[in-house]
Amino acid sequence: MHDGISVKNVSKSFGGHVVLNRFSAEISLFGVTVLRGSSGAGKTTLFRLLLGLERPEAGEISGMSGRKPAVVFQEDRLLPWATALENAALGSDDARATAALEKLGLGESLCLLPRELSGGMKRRVAIARALAYQGDILFLDEPFTGLDEENKRIAANAMLAAQIPILVITHDDAEVELFGKYCEIVID
Amino acid sequence: MPNKRKALQTALIALIYLAVWEAVSLLVGKELLLPSPLSTLSRLAVLLTQGETWLYAGLTLLRIMAGYVIGVLLGVLLAVLTARSAFAEALLSPLRAIVKASPVTSFILLALLWLSSDMVPLVISVLMVVPMVWTATAEAILQTDPRLIEMGKLFGLSRWKIVKKIYVPSVLPQFLAACTTSLGFAWKSGVAAEIIALPKQSIGYMLYQSKLRIETADLFAWTLMIVALSMLLEWLLVRGMRRIRRDA
Repeated sequence: MHDGISVKNVSKSFGGHVVLNRFSAEISLFGVTVLRGSSGAGKTTLFRLLLGLERPEAGEISGMSGRKPAVVFQEDRLLPWATALENAALGSDDARATAALEKLGLGESLCLLPRELSGGMKRRVAIARALAYQGDILFLDEPFTGLDEENKRIAANAMLAAQIPILVITHDDAEVELFGKYCEIVID
Repeated sequence: MPNKRKALQTALIALIYLAVWEAVSLLVGKELLLPSPLSTLSRLAVLLTQGETWLYAGLTLLRIMAGYVIGVLLGVLLAVLTARSAFAEALLSPLRAIVKASPVTSFILLALLWLSSDMVPLVISVLMVVPMVWTATAEAILQTDPRLIEMGKLFGLSRWKIVKKIYVPSVLPQFLAACTTSLGFAWKSGVAAEIIALPKQSIGYMLYQSKLRIETADLFAWTLMIVALSMLLEWLLVRGMRRIRRDA
């Protein structure tokens, strides 16, 4: 019996366009799992199916119920009217959010609004929000978009330091290497 | 200093308007048709010394503002209802369209048939405010970014927190703009309703009496008072809104 997340014969289409066709995979809940695939292969769709944001038309996903996923979406999804700290503390509290922001080098930017932050800083706030949330699995969809090499490394270390399973979508080999050891699932 | 300069500029603009008014009044040459600024302002000064003026102004304010507040609350309620339920939108949108399209005088005359003259301005204010607040708020609710709602749910926010932290800040700018615009409409329509319904203790009644007695200076003085009260209300509302925005 597999104690991770099990995806069995899952199909999903949008407006007649088949994105996933009887896709199956076993996702380990240890360490880092990388979801790879070409653009449009269905990585984000699978990500959303796992999070329960979409329902499969066929097939079954098990192993997610009762879990508390902490998510970094493909887009930052920051509240435009809330400061960096308020955004990062959305699912947690100020102390955890401050610690996460400081870890990511945003200790001086707690009171800034998203419009006052650069693209990379906004990305780090989104990562800090997921880290502060203290979920039991980290879902990352292209988490390093807009970050420079130094900040990518810092963010990857902060994610690994959370010591929870990580599921990451990326198509950048160099970014994958930041996580050290990992399992790989390929969607084509 | 910028504030001093602004005050000077305002005073200068007021003087220009008064000068134009005085010039046109002199040109017309008949106080009955167009009273001079001096006679209007002196008439206004006399009115302001009379206790009943304040009573009538207060009662007019009370009627219209009560209607305004009820209208805002009802508008928000209907906006939430129609934004959440397609059936409620289909059911209630014809009513909104009718209220928007009908001339306000039709409603005033109908309200006169059904209600006491004191209630007519209140109900007319409600009718003016509801569609504006309703439309703007419902649109803002529907335009709230669904990705933010999705994010809030995934980060464990309760339904109440999603409303407080995502919906309210997202809807607030359009809601507050609708509140400001509808205040002017409520005020003008409310006074118009008073002029037709003639509740005994009201600015509208006094305005009508001035017209009946052909006291043009009084007519101008009461109109000035209406404009001043409208500006005061808007100023108070804008200040209140700045505070709400700051606290939100």
